[in-house]
Amino acid sequence: MTAYDLALQQLINGFSLGSMYALLALGFTLVYGILELINFSHFNVFMVGSFVAFYVLEGFGVVGQNTIMTGLPLVGVLLAALAVTMLVTGGIGVGIERLLLRPLRAVKGPAAMILTIGVSYVLFNIVILGAGADSKNFPNPLPPIVFTFENAVLRMREILIWVISLLLMGGLTYFVGYTKLGKAMRATAQDPEAARMMGIDVDRVIMMAFFLGSALAGAGGMIFGLYYNYTSFIIGFSAGLRAFTAAVLGGIGNVPGAMLGGLLIGLIEAYSGAFIATAWTDVIIFSLLVLVLVFRPNGLLGRMAPNKS
Amino acid sequence: MRDNSALGNGGHGGAALLEFQKVNTYYGDLHVLKDVDYVIGKGEIVCLLGGNASGKSTTMKTIMGVVRPQRGEVMYDGEPIGKMSTNDRVRRGIAPVLEARRLFPRMTVYENLELGAYTQPRGAQFDQDLERVYGLFPRVKERRDQIAGTLSGGEQQMVAIGRALMARPRLICMDEPSMGLSPLFVEQVFDIIQTINKQGVTIFMVEQNASMALSIAHRAYVLQTGQVVLSGTAAEMQANEMIKQAYLGEMKVEGAAP
Ligand SMILES: Nc1ncnc2c1ncn2[C@@H]1O[C@H](COP(=O)(O)OP(=O)(O)OP(=O)(O)O)[C@@H](O)[C@H]1O
Ligand SMILES: [Mg+2]
Repeated sequence: MTAYDLALQQLINGFSLGSMYALLALGFTLVYGILELINFSHFNVFMVGSFVAFYVLEGFGVVGQNTIMTGLPLVGVLLAALAVTMLVTGGIGVGIERLLLRPLRAVKGPAAMILTIGVSYVLFNIVILGAGADSKNFPNPLPPIVFTFENAVLRMREILIWVISLLLMGGLTYFVGYTKLGKAMRATAQDPEAARMMGIDVDRVIMMAFFLGSALAGAGGMIFGLYYNYTSFIIGFSAGLRAFTAAVLGGIGNVPGAMLGGLLIGLIEAYSGAFIATAWTDVIIFSLLVLVLVFRPNGLLGRMAPNKS
Repeated sequence: MRDNSALGNGGHGGAALLEFQKVNTYYGDLHVLKDVDYVIGKGEIVCLLGGNASGKSTTMKTIMGVVRPQRGEVMYDGEPIGKMSTNDRVRRGIAPVLEARRLFPRMTVYENLELGAYTQPRGAQFDQDLERVYGLFPRVKERRDQIAGTLSGGEQQMVAIGRALMARPRLICMDEPSMGLSPLFVEQVFDIIQTINKQGVTIFMVEQNASMALSIAHRAYVLQTGQVVLSGTAAEMQANEMIKQAYLGEMKVEGAAP
């Protein structure tokens, strides 16, 4: 493989990883944009999503990478896995907000953030107890069709990852930009008190932000499994930290910023792993973060936080 | 000349649209409104005067339900609304023009207007309301695709009033609509407020610019450290010595040569 082939291959990989980070970063940004809360439980909502997708796919009889499906059954199984995963993680997000964070909303200081760290550990331990500490061979029913460009290979899974990510991010962009509830969400993110006085049910908007963010994290968790062929209780921390970095890099609270930041982190991970050494990936990512924040303290596309009233 | 002939006979005109009955509002331990009574009649323009921190904005927030009274009742259209959610109040026809305008700064003028109509259905009625706003403020129509945060202060105030109108309100609560506007523009804003009132919308308005406000208001209340210390028709207020000194800028100069 020449350096050129490798660069091409890592472009493909970087886009896949980047899509995953972008989906995960969106959840941080949606919640932060409204509540100015860094939601650390998001790390492990993503991890739980990966397990939900694992069990749904196994439930359909897909085991490892050897159960190949085609046509309508394939589409049906993938859609079902994605939908169930997103609903379950979305529901977990809503539950965390409704039951744990809402009672703390009037409390100033870091209490809510600390709570999300606690929730993260609870999810972590539930998965260890329920699913065990060994990593799981992630089911993938895609046919082993491979396209080659020069010596770089594009597998079906990459195409699937891109399609899922594109649809979800396009859907979110449309929702936030053009629907009534999406506009209410943006208004709430800009000035919660004024939004309330327009007649917007702010509690519902906050719940929606948690649902959407957590559902997207679930999709990210499924993508993780499809991309790496495994999942484990431990995957939330490093992916979550990189995705959070992506959100800050793009400008926390900023939806397109989270997508851009996610893609950048994915590409950096792919290229630094291939051309330097995997051990350097985090060093490079966090150095870049420091550099960007020195020159653009609000991130690449600008931080967006509520106006204080 | 402005037409400020009071409705009826010096009191509020007929049925009350909004009423405060011994309302007490707190922020934590801070007692802001103390046994406050207001009566706002249907079709009136009522002005609320008062010094800084006297509780004027708190009055507006209490009407909107963002702050809730600990004791006392707020009546709207004959019904107690003390426990009603803010969105239900907006749906019932109470709309705010907030202190310092508070547009959604990163959204367009049109989106701000849409959000004003959040509790209203889309359709012919929305289009009609939009035309009404554009009719009152041709400038807003010109700027409809501009990001609200980039408008001038005066333009923002037009959008803020337009946004309140999009809710199809029966009562608009305005918190210092003339704040930070040039004298010429203040005049224009008060003309518009009067026009809106003539179209049947009741106005409850906090103002520091007392002479202007009293020139269009039917009645006024004066709030001092959370208590109503004076109320009456606009004409009575304009003639009142205390009001003249405190709000109309007429200083009595003792022993000055003529
Ligand atoms: N959210 C809040 N929390 C705590 N105290 C508040 C809050 N809002 C207002 N206050 C206090 O309540 C008192 C009344 O405030 P309010 O905003 O109603 O005054 P105002 O009459 O509108 O004054 P101004 O003319 O300066 O706008 C003030 O002392 C203020 O500091
Ligand atoms: Mg005020």
